[in-house]
Amino acid sequence: MSAGPRYTLYHPGWYRRRVSVWWWLQNRSYAGFVLRELTSVFVAFFAGVYLWQLRALAQGPEAYAQFLARLKTPLFLALDAVAFVFVLFHTITWFNLTPKAMVVRLRGKRVPDHVVVGLNYVAWLVVSGVLAFILLRVRS
Amino acid sequence: MPSTVALTVARYRPEKETEPTFQTYEVPLRKDWVVLDALNHIKDTLDGSLSFRWSCRMGVCGSCGMKVNGKPKLTCAAFLSDHLPGPIRVEPLDYFPIMRDLVVDLTDFMQKLKKVKPWIIRKEERPPAEGEYLQTPDQLDAYKQFSMCINCMLCYSACPIYGLEPGFIGPAAIALAQRYNMDSRDEGAAERLRILSEHDGIWQCTFVGECTKVCPKHVDPAGAIQQYKLTGATQWLKSLLLPRGAR
Repeated sequence: MSAGPRYTLYHPGWYRRRVSVWWWLQNRSYAGFVLRELTSVFVAFFAGVYLWQLRALAQGPEAYAQFLARLKTPLFLALDAVAFVFVLFHTITWFNLTPKAMVVRLRGKRVPDHVVVGLNYVAWLVVSGVLAFILLRVRS
Repeated sequence: MPSTVALTVARYRPEKETEPTFQTYEVPLRKDWVVLDALNHIKDTLDGSLSFRWSCRMGVCGSCGMKVNGKPKLTCAAFLSDHLPGPIRVEPLDYFPIMRDLVVDLTDFMQKLKKVKPWIIRKEERPPAEGEYLQTPDQLDAYKQFSMCINCMLCYSACPIYGLEPGFIGPAAIALAQRYNMDSRDEGAAERLRILSEHDGIWQCTFVGECTKVCPKHVDPAGAIQQYKLTGATQWLKSLLLPRGAR
């Protein structure tokens, strides 16, 4: 009786390649992916600023004025601008990926990808509109 | 169109080299030739020692996957004329150990594939006398896309996660697990989820998305993994909130 084919795992004669530290520069989509992962740092930055704002708000009008003054310094304006670009990139890339993760079926048919993506943008606009309405009304 | 094109082919002969080298061959440039035709021309007329895998030469068997000009491709579907001007670089698929020239070892994938139980699991098998398990066209549609996988390994070669974390079960195996999960005849989803929600399963994937781009059969493994993550997360939440019987 034959024992069947036998494989040698980790054969010494086989050549194994190491992944370069710079693998993400190999092509555009890898670089885009790493950039998208990096955006989470800036999302966290915005979240941190919000928490800071809440704390200032709780400490009273003087602290809040100080907080606002600090936000207007060139350093913060520059940081905000960079963070905004990254957060925008974050939002758009993730919106465009949603149809991959969410397959919506209506009456047995798959809803086309661009509809799923489009609904995300519509929801974004609606939420932004509602927020702008509330904020502007409070101001006036 | 020039009459010939240069093909720079990766060579690795373990008996005389310690690492891969490149060898350039001049092959006739014909409009209807794919890279695999050129490799066969080399093997037949220029250098019989060149090793590579192929079988059906029509995108069905999945054996001729290689990197052409740095991109994982089925060489039977990669036309020479689409890769001009030469030299066209042909290399073995990334991340798998190279056995010889363009031949890589796929044992790792074979073991992972078996691990995800890619077959129909029934709690109780129906006796054959009672007839086949019926399925509507809609039920077939739910998984058909994932069933098109030909195990060509292009997705593994495109996945940097698989390169960095060799334990990762990988795109094709997860897509094939999903193929059986979505099958109305199957009852093994819970068993597979247990395996795939482990450390080396779906959560290793960070959604680079390259696997879907290189797939010659439009299987969309990245989609399969993300959808599976959704299922995994919902199941986890259910197990947290619901009593045992209601899950």
